[in-house]
Amino acid sequence: MTHAIERREVALVDLLDRVLAGGVVIAGEITLSIADIDLVRISLRALIASVRTEDMEDADEHRAPPGPPPS
Amino acid sequence: MVGSVPLADFGEEPLRAHLEDLPWLERAARAHHRVIGRAAGYGQVIPLRFATIYHDDGRVRTMLQERRDDLTATLARVAGRTEWGVKAYVDPRAFLPDPGEEGPSGGDTPGTAYLLRRRAQRDDKETAHLRATERAEEIHTALTALAAATAAHPPQDARLAAYEGWMVLNNSYLVPDDRTEEFTASVTGLGERYPDVDLELSGPWPPYSFTAPPEREEAP
Repeated sequence: MTHAIERREVALVDLLDRVLAGGVVIAGEITLSIADIDLVRISLRALIASVRTEDMEDADEHRAPPGPPPS
Repeated sequence: MVGSVPLADFGEEPLRAHLEDLPWLERAARAHHRVIGRAAGYGQVIPLRFATIYHDDGRVRTMLQERRDDLTATLARVAGRTEWGVKAYVDPRAFLPDPGEEGPSGGDTPGTAYLLRRRAQRDDKETAHLRATERAEEIHTALTALAAATAAHPPQDARLAAYEGWMVLNNSYLVPDDRTEEFTASVTGLGERYPDVDLELSGPWPPYSFTAPPEREEAP
């Protein structure tokens, strides 16, 4: 099945995958290069927590196996 | 293309806080995307990562000079090509072994029977993972044949992206513009060929996933 070619507004997660270049990963920390002077490591845990519902499901239930590597 | 932003929002500390504030992040990321989209209307763009901040114009010029070769090569690589995103979702149940393929049964005591059953369930889940991943690889291989380059993103968080099941593919493909139709038709065709996989196409995107600067840990 295929659906949703070109939504009017891009999905935020898809955008974040691309503009944050590290993606939004549940366990993740991403590194942003800020200026030419330092690197900022931010944790996205709080971000994820802000959208997580209260049900504490086993994260494994939703984690896919890693996709094929880029070629 | 540069824009000035207040240090009160984009200094290291406030930025760190803002990035964990989803509504702020969404507004800022969409603004970033909008500007790049507009700029792309005037010519080929190389999007810099969101929140790439330089303290003054001089440092921007220095960066442009230092990365001149790299930027020139990048421009050549993405010219006439467009990034498309393809995600694949599966319902794990569709990839479980058939009940007919039933593994061990029995067990001498209720305890061992329980353990065997648990183990069989775990094995089934691994088998489903494997099968779904193989299917994703087939799809990836077919799409790669039409692309000049590919980039893999990690599977998205299920709560953030609001889906159920497994995301087995979250890739970007840099597709020559004269193959756009062939590529989108291929996604549709693969979706029809594999009804147990939900394929989602996004794009066209600016070449976000194909313009990252080469990894250089220790900048001079």
